Amino acid sequence: MPAKTYVQTTINGEAVDFLCEPRQSLLECLRDVIGLTGSKEGCNDGNCGACTVVLDGRIVTSCLVLGVEVEGRDITTIEGIAVGSTLHPVQQAYLENAALQCGICTPGFIVASKALLDQNPNPTEHEIRFWLANNLCRCTGYDKIVRAVMDAANKMQEAAV
Amino acid sequence: MKWIDYEAPKSLGDALTLLSQHGDRARPIAGGTDILVQLRAGARSPDLLVDVKGIPELNEISYSPSSGLTLGSAVECYKVYGNSDISNAYPGLIDSASIIGGTQIQGRASIGGNLCNAAPSGDSIPALIALGATAQIASSGGTREVPVEEFCTAPGRTVVQPGELVVSIHLPAPVPNSGARYIRFIPRNEMDIAVVGAGVSVVLDNGNIKSARVALASVAPTPLFVKEAGDALAGKPATDESIRVASQLASDAATPITDMRGTIEFRKHLCEVLTRRALHTAIERAKESG
Repeated sequence: MPAKTYVQTTINGEAVDFLCEPRQSLLECLRDVIGLTGSKEGCNDGNCGACTVVLDGRIVTSCLVLGVEVEGRDITTIEGIAVGSTLHPVQQAYLENAALQCGICTPGFIVASKALLDQNPNPTEHEIRFWLANNLCRCTGYDKIVRAVMDAANKMQEAAV
Repeated sequence: MKWIDYEAPKSLGDALTLLSQHGDRARPIAGGTDILVQLRAGARSPDLLVDVKGIPELNEISYSPSSGLTLGSAVECYKVYGNSDISNAYPGLIDSASIIGGTQIQGRASIGGNLCNAAPSGDSIPALIALGATAQIASSGGTREVPVEEFCTAPGRTVVQPGELVVSIHLPAPVPNSGARYIRFIPRNEMDIAVVGAGVSVVLDNGNIKSARVALASVAPTPLFVKEAGDALAGKPATDESIRVASQLASDAATPITDMRGTIEFRKHLCEVLTRRALHTAIERAKESG
């Protein structure tokens, strides 16, 4: 068996290094090598968005990134969204709007929703639905998710005033 | 997935050396949104992935109103539609770049990768054909330029030979009074594969159509350039009747199959409808472009 690759990267603001095989996805590395199991595997082909992470400021499906590709990059996972025990307003809004049922899709939705509000603090319903089109939820029917994002947007704007 | 090696060369020369050494056992990876899925499915089985995202030439975006656009083949879709020069000059390309996959896919996938994946349904390919784009292909022996309508040879297959790499795509400068449009039919609103797609471009001259190009997705083994549909518009007034004739020619040229996304009859019908609608929008855009 050829040698594994040594990768140095930044995850949720902390320097992290790990060994991986070139064929392993970033999602496998996060879950099975590093032990960050918040990102979920749904489809493993980029359709469902449950494994969404932020890579150098853009959301990507971590199942379609190789672990070896993140050398020197900056990654934010669902574990990096809350500050200590204080939930991010997006997380709070998902809870208050009952925007989750089984919860498997939720980490990906929250990472993607926060990324939307970071670049567009006051999105329309249309913009939210298109931004989140790469995240699938088989429980909620999406309405409560969209309402949660709009609620979070309102509260974050009120807080910013 | 079997063991696979990975290299990330930082220069075009290093990448071409690697590709030349490994021949058909190597495969370039840009955004990886197609190749990683194919590796897991066993549809492709290279021994070496050559990550081309660190090569400067493949990240180039350079536009000038005189020489047109050089788009590095690894430039992600979000950078294409986020670039104001490209949005202003090539709205027909933006039509496709903004509907390939969803937000996460567009953060990784490139127009060059969409072209090299050579899916009959690749959304960017009819748009590129309509815009008269060419692919710049390099190897350790030199470079060559291939018109996009001649690039795909079969589903998943292209003219690119072992040892070669698509460095960039070149789009000619938009001429005055020109417009382009890409539209597709999908049963959802987003995140789906074209049942049929239509990419068109027109150049107007005092209310007449000076020239036009029409290309279709998902109706043949490769994206299909329908030269006769564009030629039928040349010299004709920009009227509903001219458009109807050209759209029927597009439908006649299509040789679709029946599959889970649509029947032959439905796809032939869509070719006419989508070509007609795309031409109407392209003509409107041409009028607005002055």
